[in-house]
Amino acid sequence: MSDLWRSVTLRGRIVIALALGVLLALPLAADRYVLSVLTLIFYFAYVGQAWNLMMGYAGQLSLGHALYVGVGGYVAALLWLRLGIGPWLGVFAAVAVASAFGAAIGWLGFRFGIAGVYFALLTIAFAEFTRIGFDHLELTGGAAGLFLPFEEKRVGEWWNLRGGQLLFYYLALGLASSAVLLVALMVRSRLGYQWRAVREDEVAARALGIDAFAVKMAAVVISSAMTAVGGVFYAFYYNNLFPSQVFEISRSIELILAPIVGGLGTVFGPVIGAFVLTPLGEALIAGTARLGIDAPGVKAVFYGIILIVIISVMPNGVWPRLAEMLGLKARTS
Amino acid sequence: MWSIYLNVAIEGVLTGLVYGLMALGLSVIFGVVRVVNFAHGEFAVVAMYATYVLFTAFRLDPLWALLPLAAVFFLVGYVLQAALINPFVGRPEHEQFILLVGVGIIIVNALLIGFGPDARPVNLSYGFDSYEIGPLLIDKPRVFAAAAAIAVAAVLFWFFGRTRTGAAIRACADNLVGAGVVGLNVRRLYALTFGLGLACVGAAGALLVTIADAAPSLGPAYTLVAFIVVIIGGMGSMAGALVGGALIGVSEALAGFLFAPSMKSMFSFALLIAVLVLRPQGLMGQRP
Repeated sequence: MSDLWRSVTLRGRIVIALALGVLLALPLAADRYVLSVLTLIFYFAYVGQAWNLMMGYAGQLSLGHALYVGVGGYVAALLWLRLGIGPWLGVFAAVAVASAFGAAIGWLGFRFGIAGVYFALLTIAFAEFTRIGFDHLELTGGAAGLFLPFEEKRVGEWWNLRGGQLLFYYLALGLASSAVLLVALMVRSRLGYQWRAVREDEVAARALGIDAFAVKMAAVVISSAMTAVGGVFYAFYYNNLFPSQVFEISRSIELILAPIVGGLGTVFGPVIGAFVLTPLGEALIAGTARLGIDAPGVKAVFYGIILIVIISVMPNGVWPRLAEMLGLKARTS
Repeated sequence: MWSIYLNVAIEGVLTGLVYGLMALGLSVIFGVVRVVNFAHGEFAVVAMYATYVLFTAFRLDPLWALLPLAAVFFLVGYVLQAALINPFVGRPEHEQFILLVGVGIIIVNALLIGFGPDARPVNLSYGFDSYEIGPLLIDKPRVFAAAAAIAVAAVLFWFFGRTRTGAAIRACADNLVGAGVVGLNVRRLYALTFGLGLACVGAAGALLVTIADAAPSLGPAYTLVAFIVVIIGGMGSMAGALVGGALIGVSEALAGFLFAPSMKSMFSFALLIAVLVLRPQGLMGQRP
């Protein structure tokens, strides 16, 4: 850890400390709306980081990450609703179930040599299969959805994740920053180097004695576990779960936007991407509403254009360039 | 009792042939340009809306709308490849993927803004007619749609098998460097291929209105159907696309009949997972 801190330039340290300080103190000054937007930003930075681990570092394209969000959310919500087990315990079950899904998909994909686009389709197939399954599952309320009741007497029970905007703001901030720290540490570990070796050239990596299968499995299991925690957050923040909303392929795509725009395979890419995209999307909604245009597709059209422009002009994302401009480039990438 | 199942299965094959035509476009594009068109179903839905507009404005039968739509979509595909996608040829798969996901998102939501989320039906005068063959009742529009799908596919087979340009495109697919060495204009041929792929989609979209009402949300669903069909049939295999389409059509129809219509694509995805794991080259594809 101290090793990691030493690798950050002086300017970088100041910026990180300042940013964290401002975000920690912000609730003193900002209103509810600003906090809710920031909470959303942290959420997307967090799940984007989880996806980034798998795609950006290990080079495995998953387009079904909504599966882990949904499974994680449903497991924790069910434990809470049916057995009264709180989310701080439930999250372990959520992580276990979601990473079992991840392990199953990874095992099938990597054991049978399904790579690239084919692997991406495998992940979509599992997510869609599960979505339709949940639509017909009575235990989870089926297509009609699952609701976490809002109870007056429970407000403030932070240990049950029952609280207001402030609680979720700090929770999301904590999730996003610990994900950044975790990925930064993992990237510098032996496993992190093995991931990048497999990403760049799997055959060469195997020739060097890297167990590519095990390394890729580690990526998909860690990534799905992290994403499931995001799912628990989602369930308790929004208090409702619909299969058609959480498992949808558009959710999987929404989740990968931030890391792509920010910069794949960089530690701060997902964070920067979320900070760029989410406020832009919110501003667009507010702007079109003010103009009296009520078009639900406007935000998505805008996201589509952003995707095309970014991938055409800056396929490596915003962060690498931004870091260079600000003189924040770490000595080791 | 068996005749009901047979009836459902035959309807499935007819529907599946239209899926097959749509998937044929995807297969041709992937087989030659090596780009995965992740906006495939979205283009098909655009064609459905175009058919709907032509039908409501000019009473143009979808079977006739097919011809101008195929032509227009050919042009769209040609321009799209030449202008937007060509720089992505040879770039990492995920970048191509993301580019076309972006295109798909724009299309779906532009349709949503333009037409709203409600489904737009094309009510044909012969929409409820059917042929009676022994105990079987076969919908007339589906027979027409399937026949048209086969006809369009036949033209494409002829083009790739019998014409010089078709042979040139196949040369690009087989050996890109060699094709460049003998002086083929690869860029133009790629644009041509993408155009042909989208022409299939335009034609398929016109026929799809006989199967489902046009709605923006169908876009991603049809993209997935096209991918499932192509992977089951074998990426790059033209005949495989039609066979895979028929298979998925039957699987959807039987699953919808035996369980619930909303569960039909679950079986398609299960089939996809099975094929990916057991026979990744597809039923009629060659091992890479």
